[in-house]
Amino acid sequence: MHELAITASVLNLALQYAGNAQPETAHTPHITDLHLVIGQLSSVIDDSVQFYWDIISQNTPAEGSRLHFRRIPAEFECEICYAHYPMHGDDFTCPECGSAEVRIAAGEEFYLEAIDVDEVNEKEVTP
Amino acid sequence: MTKRIPVVEKIMSANDRVAAENRAHLDAACVYSLNFMASPGAGKTSLVERTIQGLQDRLRLAVINGDIATSLDADRADAAGAVKSVQINTGGNCHLDAIMLQDAMPQLTLGEIDLLIVENVGNLICPSNFQLGTHKSVLVASIPEGADKPYKYPGIYRGVDVLVINKIDLLPYVPFDMDYFRRGVEALNPGLETFALSCKTGEGVNAWLDWVANEVEAERQPSVW
Repeated sequence: MHELAITASVLNLALQYAGNAQPETAHTPHITDLHLVIGQLSSVIDDSVQFYWDIISQNTPAEGSRLHFRRIPAEFECEICYAHYPMHGDDFTCPECGSAEVRIAAGEEFYLEAIDVDEVNEKEVTP
Repeated sequence: MTKRIPVVEKIMSANDRVAAENRAHLDAACVYSLNFMASPGAGKTSLVERTIQGLQDRLRLAVINGDIATSLDADRADAAGAVKSVQINTGGNCHLDAIMLQDAMPQLTLGEIDLLIVENVGNLICPSNFQLGTHKSVLVASIPEGADKPYKYPGIYRGVDVLVINKIDLLPYVPFDMDYFRRGVEALNPGLETFALSCKTGEGVNAWLDWVANEVEAERQPSVW
């Protein structure tokens, strides 16, 4: 259930960037879409974030917005032969050369990549 | 018409900023701090007790306990001889975060302690997402949990600085393939500092205590350039 705290962080971050996007206007533009990048190792469930999102974004400029998840599978890189291979099951050794000297090359991503906001009509902008 | 605004900021950046404030606060008072994480029943509180009992002649130690409910763990830390223990009841929350720690710290007089142990909520998943600002994170694994945990919970094994393998007194009675366990750990967190011990019998505890004492000493005497 850590997804509730994480979802709240996503909302705060999105509102902050949306608010800064139109410094000439006082109001925060409506957010239509959020693009999240979530690595497999961050243990975050898309459906759970979406569930909380629909609740906590109510009555904010992000109400009704859509969440898009780009999942990054966990991946190892062999330190000996430089092969890349997915983290799978309970054998982490390199499938190419059998080495146990490996490092995690992907799967730890956990960030908000971008948001889409409604463009403010020029006439609404107060100088 | 919509327009795209690039963000590219870590989702936990707000938490991480508070964690950095917590760390600055602790550093200013020369207090060293550890975050104990583990599944329920692995022996976090037993390790807290052993650490207090083993170091109380040398160090002044305080404990902040995170639990869903009760003050049982803080009571045990008090009984073991902590200078001060603070219980945070998370009310159902599965982890501590940096703000909970920030809120709890004013209950401590940092000038009166050398070492702060934060005992996180028992859970192998959620706590690993939330930096607290402690100097190092310690994962307490235990023999009865089984040797497959690094493979099943790679996130937390990846994110810690120190591993304590507790309950080694049970090795003769419980199937536990130590080589299989260590292979998984090594792939996820190469060179991870590891202590195998038993809080029940005391075997291996001295090496852990020496490591903690050295870490605290290094914090108390900042290197002079």
